Amino acid sequence: MSELWFFFEVLLSGMFAGTMYSLVALGFVLIFKASGVFNFAQGTMVLFAALCFVGFLEMGLPMVVAALIAIAIMVAWAFTVERLVLRHLVNQEPIILFMATIGVSFFLEGFGEFIWGGDVHPLNVGIPDDAWFVGPDGAMMIQQFDLSAAVIAGLLVTVLALFFHYTRIGRALRAVADDHQAALSVGIPLNQIWVIVWSVAGFVALVAGIIWGSRLGVQFSLSIVALKALPVLILGGFTSVPGAIVGGLIIGAGEKLAEIYIGPFFGGAIEEWFAYVLAMFFLLFRPQGLFGERIIERV
Amino acid sequence: MAEAETLNAPEVGGAVQRTFGEPVLTLENIGLGFGGVKAIDGVSFEVRRGEIMAIIGPNGAGKSSMLNCINGFYKPQVGTITFKGRTMPAMDPHFAASNGIARTFQNIALFRGMSTLDNLMTGRVLKMKRGFFWQALHWGPAQKEELENRAYVEHVIDFLEIQAIRRTPVGRLPYGLQKRVELGRALAMEPEILLLDEPMAGMNVEEKQDMSRFILEVNEEFGTTIVLIEHDMGVVMDISDHVVVLDYGRKIADGTPDEVRANQQVIDAYLGVSHD
Ligand SMILES: Nc1ncnc2c1ncn2[C@@H]1O[C@H](COP(=O)(O)OP(=O)(O)O)[C@@H](O)[C@H]1O
Ligand SMILES: [Mg+2]
Repeated sequence: MSELWFFFEVLLSGMFAGTMYSLVALGFVLIFKASGVFNFAQGTMVLFAALCFVGFLEMGLPMVVAALIAIAIMVAWAFTVERLVLRHLVNQEPIILFMATIGVSFFLEGFGEFIWGGDVHPLNVGIPDDAWFVGPDGAMMIQQFDLSAAVIAGLLVTVLALFFHYTRIGRALRAVADDHQAALSVGIPLNQIWVIVWSVAGFVALVAGIIWGSRLGVQFSLSIVALKALPVLILGGFTSVPGAIVGGLIIGAGEKLAEIYIGPFFGGAIEEWFAYVLAMFFLLFRPQGLFGERIIERV
Repeated sequence: MAEAETLNAPEVGGAVQRTFGEPVLTLENIGLGFGGVKAIDGVSFEVRRGEIMAIIGPNGAGKSSMLNCINGFYKPQVGTITFKGRTMPAMDPHFAASNGIARTFQNIALFRGMSTLDNLMTGRVLKMKRGFFWQALHWGPAQKEELENRAYVEHVIDFLEIQAIRRTPVGRLPYGLQKRVELGRALAMEPEILLLDEPMAGMNVEEKQDMSRFILEVNEEFGTTIVLIEHDMGVVMDISDHVVVLDYGRKIADGTPDEVRANQQVIDAYLGVSHD
C-alpha cells in the first residue's frame, strides 16, 4: 500500500516540476506560433529576466517594483529584437531566423553577465518551502514549494488563455498564428504583433525565472535548464499551447518515475537524458506531437 | 485609349453597357519571375472605379500572381503600380489594406480556429482607431469601439445570410460556406477595391448563383470596385464589365466580355484547355 502512495508521491512531484518545463515551453510556442521563429534565446530570457529581478531586489527595491521594472525591461527587449533583428529578416528562411536567435541568445547572456556579474544570486520571494504529509499515517509527502509553483504556473496559463480569447490583441494574435498572409491582408500590423508576443514570452520567462531561481538560485545554468523545454516541445508539438502544458507534465513525471524505477538498472542519473529518449520514442509515433497539427507534405 | 472608348460604348443587344470614371488602379508593364519561371511578363491594365473586372486565363497564366502584386504579397521586378495618386514599383500589403484593398484567396485562408464572427471582426482591425497597444484595456472607449464595429460585422453577416453559423469555428464549415465567410471578412473591411481569387471554384450551381448575386449587390450598393479571377465563362460573361485575358504571363486581350469572346487569340488559348 505504501508502495502505491510512494508512486503517487513521485508522480506528483514530477508533474509539479514539469509545470516549470511547461512554462518555458510556453514561451517557445507563443513566439513560434506568431512568427514561425524557433526562439533559441527563450532559455536566456528566463535567465536574464530573473537576473534583472534579483538584481533590483538586491538594490533594496520592493518586490513589486522589481518585478514591474523587470517586465518593462523585457518589453524593451522585445522592441529591440523586433527593431534590430526580426524586421530585417522578414521572409527569410526559418533556419536563418533560428540562427539569428542563437546570436541574440549569446548577446543577451553576455549582456546579462556584463551588467549583473557572474555570481549565483540566492532568491527568496516567500514561496513556502515545507513538506506536507497526506494519506494514512502521512504516507505521501507533498512539497509546498512544488505545489505553489504549479499553482502559479496554472494561474499564469489561465490569464494568458483569457487574454488570447477575450481581447482584441488576443484575436489578432490568434489570427496571425492561424494564417500569416490572411492576417496581413486584413491589415494586422505584424511588427506590433511580434513585439507583443516577445513581450508576453518575456513575461512568461520572468515568472519561470523567479520560480526556478527560488529553487536553484539565479545563476547562469538556468539558461541550460531551460533547454529541457525542447523534449517538451517535441512531445507537445511546436504550435500547441495545451501541448506545451501537457508535454511538460508528462516529461516531468516521466523523468522522476524513470529515475526511481528504471534508474537503478542504469546506475542512476538517468534524469539528465531520459526526457530526450521519451521525446524521441514519441516522435516515432506522432511526428507532429501530441496536439500539433498533422504535418502535410506539400508537393 | 481604344479600350476606354469601347468600354464606354453602349453594348449592342444584351445587358446595357455601364460607364465608368477614372482608373482607381493602374498597372504598368508589370514583370514578375520566380527563378527561371516568368509568372507575369509585361502586363499593363487599368481598373476603373466601380467596375467589375475579371482576369481570366488557363491555369498557371499568372492570374493569382497578378492579384498578389496588387495587394503587395509579390513585388514585381519590373513595372509600376499607381494607386491613390502614388506610383510605386511595388505595393506594400499594409498600405494596400489600410487604403481600402481587401481580398480573398484561391485556397481559402481563414482563421480556422476562430468563429465566423471573430473572423469577420479581424476585418475591422484597421477601423479600430484606439492604438493597438491600448486595446489590451478592454473597457471604456475601446469597449464602445468594439461594439460599433461589431454592429457593422452583424450587418455583413445579415447581408451574406450566414447568421446561423456566426458562432461556428470556421474550420468545421463546408467549403462553400467557408468561401462565403472569407468574402465576409473582406467585406468587413469596407473595401474600395475587392480582389477575389476564384470565389466560385468548387461550388455547385446554386452556390455560384448566390455568390454572383452577392458580388453584384456589393458592387451596386456600395460602389465597390471588384477584380475577380474566375474560370466559369458563363459567370464571367454575365457579371463582368471588363475582362483581361492572360496566357503564359502575357496579356492577350483586354475589353468587354463580347470583345474578348470574339478575340481569336483568346479562342486559341482556350482550345483544348478544359475549364469547369
Ligand atoms: N510563390 C511562388 N513561387 C514560385 N513560383 C510561383 C509562385 N507563385 C506563382 N508561381 C508560378 O507562377 C506561375 C503563375 O502562377 P499563378 O499566378 O498561380 O497562376 P494562375 O493563378 O493563373 O493559375 C506558375 O508557373 C507558378 O508556378
Ligand atoms: Mg490562381
